[in-house]
Amino acid sequence: MTTTSGPLATRRLILQGAASVALLGLGNLPFAPAHAAANDKYPEEAFKQKNEADAIKALYGRNAEPSNKVKLDAPEIAENGGVVPVSVTTTLDKVSSISFFVTENPFALAASYKIAEGTIPGVANRLKMAKTTKLVAIVEADGKLYSATKEVKVTVGGCGG
Amino acid sequence: MASSIRVRATSNGDITEVQALIQHPMDTGLVKDPKGEVIPAHYIQQLTFECNGKDVFVADWGTAVSKDPYVKFSFKGAKKGDDLKISWTDNKGASDTTTAKIA
Amino acid sequence: MKTRSALLLGSLSAALAAFALTSPRVIAADKVDPVADAKAFQNFFFQKFPEVKHEDFVNGPYSMNADMKRQWQEKEEFPPYEFALDAGKEMFATPFKNGKTYADCFPNGGVGIRQNYPYFDEKEGKVVTLELALNRCREANGEQPYSYVKDEMASLTAYMAFTSRGKPMEIRIPDDPRALAAFENGKRYFYTRRGQMNFSCASCHVQSPGERIRAEVLAPALGILNAMPIYRSEWSGMGTISRRFVTCNSQTRAVPLEPQSDEYRDVEYFLSYVANGLPISGPGARP
Repeated sequence: MTTTSGPLATRRLILQGAASVALLGLGNLPFAPAHAAANDKYPEEAFKQKNEADAIKALYGRNAEPSNKVKLDAPEIAENGGVVPVSVTTTLDKVSSISFFVTENPFALAASYKIAEGTIPGVANRLKMAKTTKLVAIVEADGKLYSATKEVKVTVGGCGG
Repeated sequence: MASSIRVRATSNGDITEVQALIQHPMDTGLVKDPKGEVIPAHYIQQLTFECNGKDVFVADWGTAVSKDPYVKFSFKGAKKGDDLKISWTDNKGASDTTTAKIA
Repeated sequence: MKTRSALLLGSLSAALAAFALTSPRVIAADKVDPVADAKAFQNFFFQKFPEVKHEDFVNGPYSMNADMKRQWQEKEEFPPYEFALDAGKEMFATPFKNGKTYADCFPNGGVGIRQNYPYFDEKEGKVVTLELALNRCREANGEQPYSYVKDEMASLTAYMAFTSRGKPMEIRIPDDPRALAAFENGKRYFYTRRGQMNFSCASCHVQSPGERIRAEVLAPALGILNAMPIYRSEWSGMGTISRRFVTCNSQTRAVPLEPQSDEYRDVEYFLSYVANGLPISGPGARP
């Protein structure tokens, strides 16, 4: 058993490698960046970006300004980085999307929500955080981007409960 | 097979509050199993809530959404008894759909 | 640091004082007195945490820390054990191959009885836990037993706990020297230091509830089993009482026992008995 699993595993790794090279290749093609709010397509590119700035650019194509009209609620210390309750509400009008970025995660964009007309601009969800991190929420309202930021302390689990 | 989607949609006059919990591993593709093999990424990419023929809320998710994902939001324009259709698709092409009555 | 150790000392002596006050037979150490033990145990926690409502102790670390309690309450809006609970309900209602069901093995069809487990079986002369009774039920009906630490067992006990929610824990110790010995043995296991870190169960869960060990807030021992089984985020899944004991042992670098070994059964008996009167809150969600 063990003698055969070695080469098989290697082969799988090579295949995976080939697949990601292919994906990277696609990523480099001059496609227009898919803007989340603009259509219903899944923003594949934005989810692949490692850092926050690149993810925001891929998702929205521009920058956000901090606003106290975006209320970001998250615990100061996450009880477990695997399940962190996070929510956003806002008093802004004409909101079309809300997105969450966890800057220290391997891929910064965590979730992006399209808000239809008539839907209350707010969302609560649970996110994974790899370590202590900045959490950024971006609200797209009337074509502009507004953000709120919070630091969430994450510590590894051990013995408790 | 029970549905992977649990929904609570309650109308409070004009506003309907929706909470959903979905059974899904949401594997990141960065974790190894006890044998040392990487568990391939397996996660929901899109989750849609449709009411009266209109998408009221669409979630685009990456791997950083927690296992058995949860989401909560509210919307206007529905009443008790209306159908809310919830469907998701994941990165492996799997999907599930359910319809809940607004209570 | 000084204040903290002074506080610790203070609470220890308060506990001793409480023990002395409530247990007139404290000098007769060879006499097993579960009633006095339970009273002293509960009073210790009630006095150490005067601001915590008595019935709140069953919510583990969430009774100790406001920020965590808020995160928990948000989770409870749609709790992570919901799927296990539904699965357990379905399993419970599904007949075995011979047509019988779990309900046939339990008093009151298995509904609303969680608070009476574990019990002392006078025929067997041993403690019988709910997990053990469930597997015995399966085997008696020609089914394979489930793993004590995995999902199916947690789903079944989640459902049974849910049907007992809010009912006060009600463990009986019959007038049988073997039952008293089991209680005493469980108590001894609970307070005995072991493992590389030289911790007893009590080091964390009696001396230091509410304090952090590494990142996590320790749960009080009082009522800790009332919340079982639990969905632990750390496990990304459900765990039974057996699983909780095994992980506690291994995390303090001690050698875990076999699930449902006599000593674990006795610890469960002891810990459940001293929580008599506190409500069942399981299934629970924990970090």
